[in-house]
Amino acid sequence: MSGERKPAGWALWLPLMIFGAFVVLVTLGLLRPAPRDVASTLIGKPMPSFALPPAMPGRPGLDSSVFTDGNPRLVNIFASWCIPCRVEAPQLAALANAGVPIEGISVRDSTRDLGIFLKQNGDPFERIGADDDGQVQLALGSSGVPETYIVDGKGIIRYQHIGEIRAEQVPVILSEFREAGE
Amino acid sequence: MKHFLFLMLVAAFSLPLVAQEQSTAPYAYRQLDDPAQEEQAQDLMESLRCLQCQGQSIADSDAPIAGSMRSLVRERVAKGEEPEAIREWLVERYGDYVSYAPRLTSLTWPLFAVPLLFAALAFLLLRRRFGRGGGQ
Repeated sequence: MSGERKPAGWALWLPLMIFGAFVVLVTLGLLRPAPRDVASTLIGKPMPSFALPPAMPGRPGLDSSVFTDGNPRLVNIFASWCIPCRVEAPQLAALANAGVPIEGISVRDSTRDLGIFLKQNGDPFERIGADDDGQVQLALGSSGVPETYIVDGKGIIRYQHIGEIRAEQVPVILSEFREAGE
Repeated sequence: MKHFLFLMLVAAFSLPLVAQEQSTAPYAYRQLDDPAQEEQAQDLMESLRCLQCQGQSIADSDAPIAGSMRSLVRERVAKGEEPEAIREWLVERYGDYVSYAPRLTSLTWPLFAVPLLFAALAFLLLRRRFGRGGGQ
């Protein structure tokens, strides 16, 4: 019995204080959820090499050798079955009108559906490669559609935009594109 | 009118077919012929995160991108690639988040060190307490 000591006043409150701190931590985590986007870790690294067949008959496919011709480009990963891709179509058209070359990679798509999609939403693409099994999408570190990469003239990936490009985001894309061209 | 009804019926039943028409990777829903290789692939797939439905492994998920990832895993295992090399390839592109197997890095070492620290602390405290009792 001689070993027993009464806990000091502050020690009595310690468990409650730890519990309080825990509640604050959980509440903060709930109110500010972490972003769910999985960014590619290939930014600053070269474009993986690939050769995709044409997605539309009579149009060129996409070979990764075009990315080293000295001109920066946008690479848009999209699909006809993707609703946000329809949302960003006017923004892609605006970028194409501003003189930005856009290459398309259509993921897990069919020629028929893609044809309808392009007819309905416009076709801002220089080339469209058919990534039917989605392997080029994985090689690029892309986790969904739509995603847009900016690749500089030496084939280095400079920027990744995850999700649809909204109207207010066009200036950011344009300035990143110009930066990649310098 | 009969003709019209017939067309409507055809349209109603052909719609689901049209919706399924997107293509997918060859081994998304097909197992490898060699059971040993399939088991290797399955083990790896269960420890890779689906990037779209992030609480699920690619083995559990029906998201299209998970199908592509399964096919990637199976095709590479079939070629004789080591499962850990495939995991490495994906981590290189998506970061540690894609893997459910935690790695020891400069960011994650406290996760492994703190439990050891607590165990050591508990050991010291208990020894002091019992040691004191035994001494008297």
